[in-house]
Amino acid sequence: MRDLEVLYRQVIMEHYKNPRNKGLLNDSTYKTIHIKNPTCGDDITIQSKIEDGIVKDVRHDGTGCSICCSSASVMSETLIGKTKTDAKNITETYLNMLTNKEFDESVELEEAVVYRGVNKFPARIKCASIAWKAFEGTLEESE
Amino acid sequence: MDAYLLKKDFPVLDDKTLVYLDTAASSLKPKQVIKKLDEYYEKYSVNVHRGVYSLSYVATQLYEESRRKVSEFINADFDEIIFTRGASSALNLVATSYGLNNLTSEDEIIVSELEHHSQVLPWQNVSNITKAKLIYVPLNKEGRITVENFKKVLNKKTKVVALNYVSNVMGYVSPIKEIIRLSHEVGAVVSVDAAQAAPHMRIDVKDLDCDFLAFSGHKMLGPTGIGVMFGKKELLKDMPPIEFGGDMNDNVNLYDASWKDSPYKFETGTPPIAGAIGLGAAIDYLNNLGFENISTHEKKLKDYAVEKLLKIEDIIVYNKTSETGIITFNIAGVHPHDAVTFFDGDNICMRAGHHCAQLIIKWLEVVATLRVSFYLYNTIEDCDKFIESVKNARDFFKSVGF
Repeated sequence: MRDLEVLYRQVIMEHYKNPRNKGLLNDSTYKTIHIKNPTCGDDITIQSKIEDGIVKDVRHDGTGCSICCSSASVMSETLIGKTKTDAKNITETYLNMLTNKEFDESVELEEAVVYRGVNKFPARIKCASIAWKAFEGTLEESE
Repeated sequence: MDAYLLKKDFPVLDDKTLVYLDTAASSLKPKQVIKKLDEYYEKYSVNVHRGVYSLSYVATQLYEESRRKVSEFINADFDEIIFTRGASSALNLVATSYGLNNLTSEDEIIVSELEHHSQVLPWQNVSNITKAKLIYVPLNKEGRITVENFKKVLNKKTKVVALNYVSNVMGYVSPIKEIIRLSHEVGAVVSVDAAQAAPHMRIDVKDLDCDFLAFSGHKMLGPTGIGVMFGKKELLKDMPPIEFGGDMNDNVNLYDASWKDSPYKFETGTPPIAGAIGLGAAIDYLNNLGFENISTHEKKLKDYAVEKLLKIEDIIVYNKTSETGIITFNIAGVHPHDAVTFFDGDNICMRAGHHCAQLIIKWLEVVATLRVSFYLYNTIEDCDKFIESVKNARDFFKSVGF
């Protein structure tokens, strides 16, 4: 249970209880992607606003477990203000880290790095990746 | 019946720390069944119904012998048993072959929010295509299908009734026999999802008088990839095959063809031969123990665990009164997916999510639930470990701030 405790005690609970940038906007300058994990019921919508190559805003809403919901919040804080290229790079690095693939350790993941602990719980990798996958989708839409 | 002794039959339980409480998703398999699968692959391993050589004859004999065992298992006739991939494909076969060819926009199909997706979605599809109306039995306040509520939706337009025998989320036993009797009075046929019934109770299709009934092998100690669809002979006779290919045909011409009789017209391609033979071995195993013993044992464990669960603060049990070995519950304020990782850490396997039954989860007005299900290899010690883990989980999540 040590691993689980470490995981929850870090950023996850803080963001789960006090999510940042939560709530969607009815604004056509945002790209919106909705992803569901039908087996567990996680249901997340991510919005991003890209302007002049900069991630101006990231919004999220939905229901899910603590890992899923907190990771959306952490992601929004990590990515807002980054260039689109950096955001893309961070997202890719994060997803590779989660799935135990090779990843570029020099990329600064900021708070999102705590989700590295999720790879000890393979059944939960999906929970930690769904928000980021949705963000990736919004980037593709904005291209 | 001695569950401690039975545990020795299940190689997965060689890990003495493992507590397996997810039989409703899939049961463990005893070595008697595994041995039969090995025997097929090692000793004869060939196709059925085709080869004119002795090995193929042996394979065919054993495959068909399993069909006989299944027919006796549910008191059907031999040619009323169709082997499928599982209960899902069996229920799809009923809907696609019978439903699409017999229903019109004037007709009604009765289902319920208590159904597994594999029972409700095929009929939703039939309804979308034929425009027959899909009607839901209102559930009572416990979430049960009752005869009284069923009567409210049954009428002369009802052509098909598609309901479960035992709910995979709530563990309730439906009053299916009375529902079948009433349905026949208005001329409707009844398709019964028995996936959660077949592993736990004696099924008699003649006594029930059901028109169709489906179950899976892997939930009743058998292999994956094998299931059964029972259909009344006179209905099967007029139903078209939904898959075409080898073995199911009779005479093939350039622009038309004829089919074999049931069950073979519904079994094209090489069937799951090892699976069918393994299912026969699972039936032998269950018959040896006797369903009375199995269901009494499960109910005892379930009642014991529910009583203990109800004493733990912050535990919500959704199906206290169920008659079978399924408990659906939550830890207040903790998402089931968070909880299940904790249980996994204690080597306890259980289910979290919506159990392929989103409609009842929505009916319960929760995002998801935890579910444990007991079977013949579970013991009071398994219950105690589970209860201990629930308490620790509750304390843990409280301590980190849930």
